[in-house]
Amino acid sequence: MTGRLERSVTYGILALFAVISLTPVIGILSTAFGRQSSLDTGFALPDGLNWANFADAWTRGHFGSYLTNSVLVAVVVVTATTVLAVLAAYAFGVMRFPGSNLLFYLFVLGLTLPQEALVVPLYFDLRYWQLTDTYWALILPQTAQSLAFGVFWMRTYFRGSPRSVIEAARIDGASSWTTLWRVLVPMGRPALSTMVVIVFMWTWNEFLMALVMVSDEAHRTVPLGLAFFQGQHSSDTALLAAASVMIALPVVVVYVALQRRFIEGMLTGAVKE
Amino acid sequence: MSAAPAAPSAAPDSPLPPGTSAPRGSLLRRTAGRYRRGAPGRPRAVGYLYIAPALVLYAVFLLFPLGQTAWLSLLHWDGLTAATWAGGANYRALLTDPSLRGPFLHALALLFFYAVLPVVLGLLLASALSRFRVRGMTFFRTVLFLPQVLAMVVVGVAWRSVLGADGLLNDVLRTVGLGSLARSWLGDYTWALPAVGTVGTWVETGLCVVLFLAGVQRIPRELYEAARMDGAGPLREFFAVTLPALRAETAVALTLTIVAGLRNFDLIYITTSGGPGNATSVPAYEVYHRAFETNEVGSAAAMGIGLTVLIFVLTVSVARLVEGRER
Repeated sequence: MTGRLERSVTYGILALFAVISLTPVIGILSTAFGRQSSLDTGFALPDGLNWANFADAWTRGHFGSYLTNSVLVAVVVVTATTVLAVLAAYAFGVMRFPGSNLLFYLFVLGLTLPQEALVVPLYFDLRYWQLTDTYWALILPQTAQSLAFGVFWMRTYFRGSPRSVIEAARIDGASSWTTLWRVLVPMGRPALSTMVVIVFMWTWNEFLMALVMVSDEAHRTVPLGLAFFQGQHSSDTALLAAASVMIALPVVVVYVALQRRFIEGMLTGAVKE
Repeated sequence: MSAAPAAPSAAPDSPLPPGTSAPRGSLLRRTAGRYRRGAPGRPRAVGYLYIAPALVLYAVFLLFPLGQTAWLSLLHWDGLTAATWAGGANYRALLTDPSLRGPFLHALALLFFYAVLPVVLGLLLASALSRFRVRGMTFFRTVLFLPQVLAMVVVGVAWRSVLGADGLLNDVLRTVGLGSLARSWLGDYTWALPAVGTVGTWVETGLCVVLFLAGVQRIPRELYEAARMDGAGPLREFFAVTLPALRAETAVALTLTIVAGLRNFDLIYITTSGGPGNATSVPAYEVYHRAFETNEVGSAAAMGIGLTVLIFVLTVSVARLVEGRER
């Protein structure tokens, strides 16, 4: 029997968990909209919406240019990952050729590989190729790392796509290239969009690669900008909070709109066959 | 997994394309055309062309550096002057030098906060929710999962202000008359590690809850009804029905949280930088610190390999544990 009491206790616990999840987020929001002079980092409700902190972060904190860098890097990484992962996953999913299993497992290896095992030689390599402090130093390693998930995720889609559709396209005389782009990719929009939002989020939030590869201000992405800003003005909590909101907002907006895809992608990424 | 049937006689001549240049559409189409008329089950060399661009990038920027890390870990190198051969010295130091062993012990302690606690909390909450249909589930799921999508840099900044000397936690403690407990949590030798761990629990619990909720909804209602007919209370119901049914989800939750807990560079860098002293230094942070701040590249590389091995051992153990019980 599920009594009235049990129901209310359960809802109470759920609400408590929700409040705990939201508290630091609301703390940041209230600080971001608060007055700049207030040193209180606690939980003071701001008197009205104060946009000055955002303007300040944009100009004095240079977050305008950091956001531009972040957008550029994210767009290129997501586009490159999508195209390369679709091509490779298509072959892994529907074609037979010697060594395909071994090659696929090489890609799956990247799913649990920590960046810390790559970042040291990557820095020396890219410096040797004179690519540090360029967008390439952010784009190329992050695309490679996103490919592990992209190939794994899209292969699952191609494996699950109906054989009959592929056979029908082949009988109609479509080449493997046409079958992929005219038939399977349009059909796979849900799987593709999951991959796109996940890779976008990872790239947007990436910190370690940016920290190691970029030392000049011109190529800083937003997470790196926030870290540097904290190092220099750790007492300027209102500005830090406003910058944090600007970093989190794009991902949160996409997340709220497409939460099912986010959750699906992030929870399935680690499920091996 | 079915192995592709090898058909050596049907193998086309020289299947490997010149792998370095990105193939253009026309090239692919021409090659595809050449092999199109093969029998359906026949190995298709054009597969290599589709994989080549991804594989080249992946090999140059992931597999090759991984190999280089393994090589660097066998050297003494300061990043500037000529390196000298170290053999297994860097690895021996991981086991014997307290300043290198410490980070691994901290990481294992953090796994209690990053993996064990979230999984237990998630299981408890999910089983409480399994007993009836909850309204507003989409809202709760969205909110509980939110910490997962925030940049860890932002999470770090938010929690620094919660755990700071004038932060929310101390305000609450003073309000309820426990002001004597108030302290700068992240700057305290005893409390910094549990404080960083608590942030991990905050991030990972939502993921576990959402994962287990999805699993609980797949458990047939009849199982619960049968258990209740047999007079099972909530506790028996949990151990007899919910927990066994959520075995696969538990494995996924443990894998995801363990990997996240060991890759926690961002949070440590923003909140404590491994301090105070090295009370919160973890392998992920120590790799960066040694390679780029104290110029001990060989030691950093050995640490990176050690971290990788630890992650693989733990994730494989989790998978084994779950499969083992299934038999």
